[in-house]
Amino acid sequence: MSLASAAERPLSQVPDALGRFGRFGGRYVPETLSAALDQLQAAYDEAIADPAFTKELDDLLNTFVGRPTPLLFARRLTERAGGAQIYFKREDLSHTGAHKINNTLGQALLAMRMGKRRIIAETGAGQHGVATATACARFGLDCVVYMGAEDVRRQAPNVRNMRFMGAEVRPVESGSRTLRDAINEAMRDWMASVETTHYIIGSVVGPHPFPRIVRDFQSVIGRETIEYCKRLFGRLPDTVVACVGGGSNAAGMFYPFVDYPEVRLVGVEAGGRSSGAGEHAAPLSYGSPGILHGSLSYVLQNADGQTDDVHSVSAGLDYPGVGPEHSYWRDSGRVDYTSVTDAAALDAFDLVAQQEGILAALETSHAVAWAVEAAAAMQPEEILVVCMSGRGDKDAAEIARLRGLSEAGA
Amino acid sequence: MEQEAGMATATESGRTGTVAVQEAFATCRARGGKAIAPFVTAGDPDVETTLGVLEAVDRAGATLCELGVPYSDPIADGPVIQASYTRALAAGMSLDKLFDLVGRSRATVRMPLLAMASYSLIFRVGIDAFVTRAVACGLAGFVVPDLPLEESDELDAACRAAGLALVRLVTPTTPPERAEQIARRSTGFLYCVSVAGVTGERTALPSGLVDRVAWLRERTDVPILVGFGIASPEQAREVAQVADGVIVGSAVVRQLEQAAAGQGVAAVEGFVGELVTACRNG
Repeated sequence: MSLASAAERPLSQVPDALGRFGRFGGRYVPETLSAALDQLQAAYDEAIADPAFTKELDDLLNTFVGRPTPLLFARRLTERAGGAQIYFKREDLSHTGAHKINNTLGQALLAMRMGKRRIIAETGAGQHGVATATACARFGLDCVVYMGAEDVRRQAPNVRNMRFMGAEVRPVESGSRTLRDAINEAMRDWMASVETTHYIIGSVVGPHPFPRIVRDFQSVIGRETIEYCKRLFGRLPDTVVACVGGGSNAAGMFYPFVDYPEVRLVGVEAGGRSSGAGEHAAPLSYGSPGILHGSLSYVLQNADGQTDDVHSVSAGLDYPGVGPEHSYWRDSGRVDYTSVTDAAALDAFDLVAQQEGILAALETSHAVAWAVEAAAAMQPEEILVVCMSGRGDKDAAEIARLRGLSEAGA
Repeated sequence: MEQEAGMATATESGRTGTVAVQEAFATCRARGGKAIAPFVTAGDPDVETTLGVLEAVDRAGATLCELGVPYSDPIADGPVIQASYTRALAAGMSLDKLFDLVGRSRATVRMPLLAMASYSLIFRVGIDAFVTRAVACGLAGFVVPDLPLEESDELDAACRAAGLALVRLVTPTTPPERAEQIARRSTGFLYCVSVAGVTGERTALPSGLVDRVAWLRERTDVPILVGFGIASPEQAREVAQVADGVIVGSAVVRQLEQAAAGQGVAAVEGFVGELVTACRNG
C-alpha cells in the first residue's frame, strides 16, 4: 500500500451505482433480468435502511443460526507449527454447518419483502443448497436447488438434507456437471420465472447487486472477528486467511478489515492437481479478466473467451470464476491470493481432525493448509485467524472413497 | 484485412454493415413480404454444413440470418440452442473458424449475416479487435444477448464507427421508459423478445404481444422483429401481421438436428421456405 492511497477513497467504498468494484463487477445479463435486478437493488436499499429488517435478521442470526460464532485458539496446531498463534473463527458451528446461512436468511427476507415466494438456488458443495432449503423451510417458501450431477454424487449427505427440508433438488447434466453448470441452469430458470421467483445466489458472484448483497450479509463474520480480537487481545490480528471459490466466506471475513492496512489478508484458491489448464480452480492465481455469470472478474477461459474446465477435490471451490470484489482487491494489492493443492488440503483435513478434534470442510482445509505453513514462519506474538468456513461431515464419505482409491492404487 | 473486406460481395448492391441490413428490409418490403430471420448455429455440426445451411437459407428467401456463435455458458438459451453450441464446440468451433466461415460465405450468400455472440467472447478478444475482424469478414452486425443498455456504450461506439448494426433486445419485463431508450439506440432492427424466458419453441403466442409491438412501433423507425418461441409457419404468419418480421431460432436448429443424415440442409431450406411463404403479403 502506497502512502498516497491513504488519501484516496477507502477500499471499502465499493461498489458504485453500476455495481463496479474498480473496473470489475457490473451487470452482463439478458435484458429479461434487468428489471428484477433493479427491483432487488431497490428492495435491498430500502431494507437496510429499515430498522425492523435489521432487527429481524439479527434475531434470526442469534436464535436460529447461533451467532456470534466463537473464536477458538487452536492450541495443538499452534504448538505444532511453532510460530504464530492460530485461531479459528468457527463458522462451522453455524446452524447447517457453514457460513452460507448468513446470506440465505437475509435474501429470503428480501424475497418476501418483494412478494416473491418461490426461491431458486445453485449449489456446489451443497452447503448453500442446504442453507437455502433451511431458510425456505423456516419461512414456508417454495425451494428448487440446481446442483451439478457430479456434485450430487460427491456431496450426497447434503442432497438428502435438502430433500428432508422440502426442497426439490434438480441435478444438472450439462457441461462439466458442477457448480458452473448449476449456476447456468438456475439463471435459465430465473429468465422464465423472474416475476414470481427470487434467485438466492450463494456467493459474491453474479450480476450487480448480488456481489454487494452477499458480501454485506456475510460481513458479520469479519465484524465478529474484529470484536473478539479487540476484546481478547486489545488489537486486530496480524493475518487473516480464508479459502476462495466464488469467495463469499472470504469476502465476509475480509471486508470489515480492508480499511485496516496493518492486517494482512490472504485468500487461498483451489490449486487442484497442478497449475496446468484444467487441473485447478484458481482464477486469481492463473486466470485473466473476463465475463462469466453476469460480472467482470478474473476467470479461467481460453483465448476465445470460452470457459475452461476446472478441477478441485472440493466441490465448493470447483468454479472457474470468482467474485468481482476479490479481483478488485487482488489488483489493488490489498489482499494476497495464493493456492493450495488437493493433496495439501487433504493433509490439512487430517491434521485439524487429529490435532484439534474438528472435521473441517475440504474447502476450509485449503485455508488451514496455508495457515499452518505460514504460522511456522511467523513470530509467537503474532495472531493468525483462519475462517473455519464450514464443517466436513459432508466430505467424509468422499474422502474415504479417495483414500480407498489411493490405497488400492498403492 | 483490406483485401478481405474488398473480397466481400455482401448484398446484391455490395453494401455491408447496417446499410446492408436496411437494404435487405427495403427489398423485402418492396416484394410485399415480411422479414424472415432464421438463426443458425455456426459450426453445428461442422463448418462445411453451416456454409451449406447459410446458402440454403439464402435461397429459401430469408431476409437476413442470425449466426449463433457457440459459447460455453449461454444463460439466455434453452436446451435446443445450448445443445447445438455444445456440439459445435466439441467439434472444434472457434472464432477463427467463425470469421473464416463468414468471409467464405460472402461469395455465395447474399443476405446479411449478424453474429449472435455473448459479450464474454467479445470482451475477451477486445472490442476493437472483434469489430475489426467482423468488418473484415463481412458481418453486418451483432446481437449481444447478455449486454444490457448500461454496459453497452463502448461496443455501441465501435459499431457506429465501423458501420455495423448493434441490434438491441426488449423483453416483456422491460419497463416502458427503458424500452423506449433501447428502441432508440437499436440499429439494423429492434429485437422484440416475445416471452420472459430462454430461447425455445412454444405452442402459443403470449397475450399482449400485439399491443407491445404497436407501442414500440410508435417509438422507433427501425424494423421490429419478434423472436423467442416461434415454432411454425402459422405462428410466424400470426406474428408477421403485427411486426416487420420474425426470428426463428430453435425450430431451425432442430430441423438440422433431427433430419436424417445428409438431409439437414434440405430440411432447413424447406422449413425456411415455408416460413417465407407464410409471411408473404402480410
